[in-house]
Formats: sequence, C-alpha cells, structure tokens
Amino acid sequence: MVDTSEEPTAAKKKATIFVISGDFEKLFAAFSIAIGAAASNMDVSMFFTFWGLRALKKNERTGKGLFARMLGFLEAGDINKASPGKYKFLGLGRWMIKKMIKSKNVSDLAELRRTALELGVKMYSCATAMDVMEIPREQLIDEVVDSAGVGWLVEQAQESQFTYSF
Amino acid sequence: MSDDIKIDLELDLRGLRCPLPMVRVSQNITKVPVGGIVRAVTTDAGSLADITSWARTTGNEIIKKERVDKDIVFLIKRSK
Repeated sequence: MVDTSEEPTAAKKKATIFVISGDFEKLFAAFSIAIGAAASNMDVSMFFTFWGLRALKKNERTGKGLFARMLGFLEAGDINKASPGKYKFLGLGRWMIKKMIKSKNVSDLAELRRTALELGVKMYSCATAMDVMEIPREQLIDEVVDSAGVGWLVEQAQESQFTYSF
Repeated sequence: MSDDIKIDLELDLRGLRCPLPMVRVSQNITKVPVGGIVRAVTTDAGSLADITSWARTTGNEIIKKERVDKDIVFLIKRSK
C-alpha cells in the first residue's frame, strides 16, 4: 500500500468532518473533502450522527422497538441507498443521479468511502444516535474506529486546522 | 520541451474526476525517490488547481504544468 508513515501522526495537521445528513450530495462532498485532506497529508476524522449514520450502516434492517423499526424501514439500506436532498421522486432522483455520475466516470459513494478508508481517514459513529435509532455496533461496517460523543468531537475540533459539517 | 528531464514514473490519470487525480498522485509520489519526477496526465479541469494546491500543502514541487490538447500534463518533483 501507500507509504503514509513518513511523518509521525502527531506532526500532521488535522481535519474533522461532522456529518449529520444522509443526503447523497452531502455525503459525496464530505467523503471527497476527507479524501482530499488525507491525500494532502492531513490526519482526518469523520464523525457521523443521525441520518449521517447511513454512511456507516450495513445493508441490514435496524431497530427493535416499534418506532426504531419504523425508522429502520423508512431509512432502509446502506450507503448505496442515499438519496439526493432534492428531487427524490420516490427513488427516481437517486436512480437518475447515480446514472449521471456513472456516465461521467465519477466515483460513487461506496467507492469514495473505500478510498477514504484506504487513505487512513478515521470514521466514528455517534453513540447517542446509535442508541436512539437502535443501530448497534454490529450493524455498522467493521472499519468504524469507535463510537464517540460531543466531548471527543470538541477536542478533535480544537486540534483541527479546519472542520466541516454536512 | 521536457525531453531533457528524466521521468521516474508516468501516471495516466485521464478520465478520473475530482478528487481522484490528486489522490493518485499522492499515492504514487512515494514510489519515486526524493528528487524523482512524476509525469501525470489528467483531463479533469479541476485537477489543474487541485494538484497545484496539493503540491503546495505537501511540500512537493510542480516543475511544469501545461495543457496539451485536452490533456493537462504535470511534471511533479518529489521534494521530501
């Protein structure tokens, strides 16, 4: 793989990306920026909460209680089921944007996430949102480093050269 | 032209879109020794600015960048 061990992690500049949305274009931007920062030799952490957890979910039905199961139904699917924030049209918008992206040889979300992981981007999930939405750790992809909360996020943000939220 | 410069690695990045051209450059720059030259060819219009910024932020050097028809050709020197 790539030699990323030239500089110790402590010497690297940091970036933190906060993702609360599960919309296609926001995930697209979040992963693209994470990849760009990592390729520019930054130490990048991404924190996913609420609808953003879609980006880390396995393709499994989630939720145990009635409401969480309803949510699991409405929010079914993994990163490949992310719909654009506009023009959803019951999935037609997603189909169309995926077609357009493919025809222009642009990476899809799953590829972007894979590239980010290859470049050492660290992904964290919000423990509270996981609890509320009843999405246990086993239903997130194995690559998730850990679940965390606001205290951790504030520390990351303080140490970061930039933070973005989507 | 670039005939007098020794190219250590050729990267054909034509067809790749943002952010992949700069990612591929960053993944491959360590394959040449410090001081070595990577020649990268892209078609993504954004890569002109992207790879230039990437070089600045990572401390590498763009020896040359030029448009040749629809291609953008970079000569990048690994500086560290």
